[in-house]
Amino acid sequence: MNLTLYVWRQKGPKDAGRLVRYEAKDITPDMSFLEMLDVVNEGLVRNSDDPIAFDHDCREGICGMCALVINGIPQGPQKKTTICQLHMRHFKNGDTIYVEPLRARAFPVIRDLVVDRGSLDRIIQSGGYISTHTGGVPDGNAILVPKNDADKAMDAAECIGCGACVAACPNGSAMLFTAAKVTQLATLPQGRTEAARRVCVMTEEMLSQGFGNCGNHYECQAACPKGIKVQFIAKLNREFIKAKLT
Amino acid sequence: MVLDGKTPSGPLHEKWDKRKQEMKLVSPANKRKYRIIVVGTGLAGASAAATLGELGYNVEAFCFQDTPRRGHSIAAQGGINAAKNYPSDGDSIERLFMDTIKGGDFRAREANVYRLASVSGNIIDQAVAQGVPFARDYAGYLDNRSFGGAQVSRTFYARGQTGQQLLLGAYGSLMRQIRAGSVRLHPRTEMLDLVTVNGEAKGITVRDLVTGEVSSYAADAVCLATGGYTNVFNLSTNAAGSNVTAAYRAYKKGALFANPCFTQIHPTCIPVTGEHQSKLTLMSESLRNDGRVWVPKNKDDKRKASDIPEPERDYFLERKYPAFGNLAPRDIASRAAKEVCDEGRGVGPGGRGVYLDFANAIDRLGEGTIRERYGNLFEMYEQITAENAYHQPMRIYPAPHYTMGGLWVDYNLESTIPGLFVLGEANFSDHGANRLGASALMQGLADGYFIISYTIANYLARTTPGAVTSDHAEFLKSREDVACFTGKLLAINGKRTVNDFHRELGRLMWENVGMARSEASLKSALSLIPRLRAEFWENVKVTGTGSELNQQLEKAGRVADFLEFGELMAADALHRNESCGGHFRVEYEMPDGEAKRDDENFCYVAAWEYKGADKAPELHKEPLAFENVKLAVRSYK
Repeated sequence: MNLTLYVWRQKGPKDAGRLVRYEAKDITPDMSFLEMLDVVNEGLVRNSDDPIAFDHDCREGICGMCALVINGIPQGPQKKTTICQLHMRHFKNGDTIYVEPLRARAFPVIRDLVVDRGSLDRIIQSGGYISTHTGGVPDGNAILVPKNDADKAMDAAECIGCGACVAACPNGSAMLFTAAKVTQLATLPQGRTEAARRVCVMTEEMLSQGFGNCGNHYECQAACPKGIKVQFIAKLNREFIKAKLT
Repeated sequence: MVLDGKTPSGPLHEKWDKRKQEMKLVSPANKRKYRIIVVGTGLAGASAAATLGELGYNVEAFCFQDTPRRGHSIAAQGGINAAKNYPSDGDSIERLFMDTIKGGDFRAREANVYRLASVSGNIIDQAVAQGVPFARDYAGYLDNRSFGGAQVSRTFYARGQTGQQLLLGAYGSLMRQIRAGSVRLHPRTEMLDLVTVNGEAKGITVRDLVTGEVSSYAADAVCLATGGYTNVFNLSTNAAGSNVTAAYRAYKKGALFANPCFTQIHPTCIPVTGEHQSKLTLMSESLRNDGRVWVPKNKDDKRKASDIPEPERDYFLERKYPAFGNLAPRDIASRAAKEVCDEGRGVGPGGRGVYLDFANAIDRLGEGTIRERYGNLFEMYEQITAENAYHQPMRIYPAPHYTMGGLWVDYNLESTIPGLFVLGEANFSDHGANRLGASALMQGLADGYFIISYTIANYLARTTPGAVTSDHAEFLKSREDVACFTGKLLAINGKRTVNDFHRELGRLMWENVGMARSEASLKSALSLIPRLRAEFWENVKVTGTGSELNQQLEKAGRVADFLEFGELMAADALHRNESCGGHFRVEYEMPDGEAKRDDENFCYVAAWEYKGADKAPELHKEPLAFENVKLAVRSYK
């Protein structure tokens, strides 16, 4: 099939960007969206044009490196699917597709579709872990975890850190991302000791990194390729209130 | 050169304790004076950087991705082995050791493998303490599943995302050290050269992938945890960015490369669909716990899977290997799949596929149980193929997945360059000629959490901290070399794209140095690769400049290294006149089609030394002594 693309091109962080029109020809339905972009890029290189820069790595939906906005939707139109797993069979011959970078104050554009998501790392650095060190820990079965808690922690831990939730949020908030980590660790007995401090420092860091706050729009959940639920934001709020009241 | 594995003497189970006793320490007050570079932030790199940072060393951590959480360990699905024997089904350190040695077809060092098995339990404890949400039973205890090559259940898992959860655990520890100031992070930074001063590793030269700036970092020791090289086949289960560059450039600086031909072809991957394809996706080996592998008994049977009656199906793994059945080790299962497809009994477009069927398991356990165990894998399969595996069997085919070969290291994980340590998949040490499922995570974390911290101290204690700085002449030269290499790539301005060369190299490697190798195919590879490489250096087209984010340029450098490295792989495969594990030479096969090992002549590690451009590398041999295991024909029947 043949498609028309409008792709955001921006040489560097300080340059003005613009949408540029490209024709994607002879695309097959089995291609992933990124493979379609590979085809377009090879054509650009053959014409001595600069190819479109985009982040990607594992191409199997788990590393979280690829994240684009397709027709206004971060991580594209397919529910619970990363861009690398979005296949062209979900588009029709003759479609026009707009491709843009994740847009948020805390994600400055580096080039074209590549943005700097280091702010998410800094939220984790502030306290998104259990402060254990290597060695000197008890046997794995010394800490029993009820199955429901282990499952809930795992539901939250599935976050791939792609940043789609931030770009989907009208406030540019990283609340879903932060809440997922807070929930994972606060649900497990190992993580309870630091739970109060953790929720406070992580939310504080989130705000200082330029992310907004949660306005209950739930756009984050709709965009999340891993189906991370907004209930975790409620859990974060509960943990936050608990921390502040005690 | 005499290759000394530096294995401690004494009984197997006392070797590691003995070595720990013998090794020198660096006192707490002195640790901060030492600087250590860690390249790569997958399981091995992240765990090493975090652990060394916690101990008080100054650590510089590098990765080419935008954040350390993206290392390709994240894609490991099925699980991690540990000899905990929680199910009381007969497991022990000895049994995990034996299974790993046998699984590796007797081509690994006994002492290394034993140490790996003996620290395996600590890894689970460590991960639990970090908050890794492993699967639990209703009483809250850790759950286990079984994996290929073992008759016990020793695999711990977190749904189908065990690698992700273990990596995020290590990443959390690393992030904590970054905040504490002991580790400095350099994301989007690619190592392009190892710098040696007076024969010892003292730093690296890197390119900042955003600005293009080439700079150097000096240190007292360097750890490479840069993963494997299966992307030499272009289509593999590795991430698009996975490459051999860091390891290969260390090889060019004098580190020996061991057993490069030992590559693992994973039996359960989604088959290739077309020319455009950029990667192959693995379906976890854990699926073979409940899925049954089969093809039609008759050639060219075009009926739908559900229309083929039971008597006309060939469950070939169960037929050939009744004791292990669908859980035969990866190399064996892959070759068996290739064999039935070569006979014309393959399924799906092009006939390169076999069924992995869950119908029996769904009848027995219900769809709910299967969904709980493998839900995310079934979803992933459907996203890629648009087929629902609850209603029709999956189609799978072998694909390059892991590399057992890597930089040669001694028992202390130190390469032939003093001060250069190699961890995880990037080294060659523990898996012999074939790795068992769920053992890669185990090895990466064993190296990073529990081994390197002891062995690196033993090296550092004998050096003066900060003896070399990055204005040393060797660093200057290294920066010039890197800039010159980049400049050359940009100046060619030929007609073919980098991907085009990578595709051709991949095809060539898969056909000639893939699942079944022959003297003729390897010789043909050895004549074709230099020709393709010569064309690359005349006709590749890389647009843009070196002083900006330039993804074509990054990839061109990696493909340039693959174009040299492929030749080394083929040379190694050609010299090894035997079949063992993942290395199958069609000339050396048993009457029943199994691999025919030659212990008399090839019971050694083949370590290759770089001798200069266009010169043949020199082979060095480290004999493998088996004192505790009896060399035997590997049988899974």
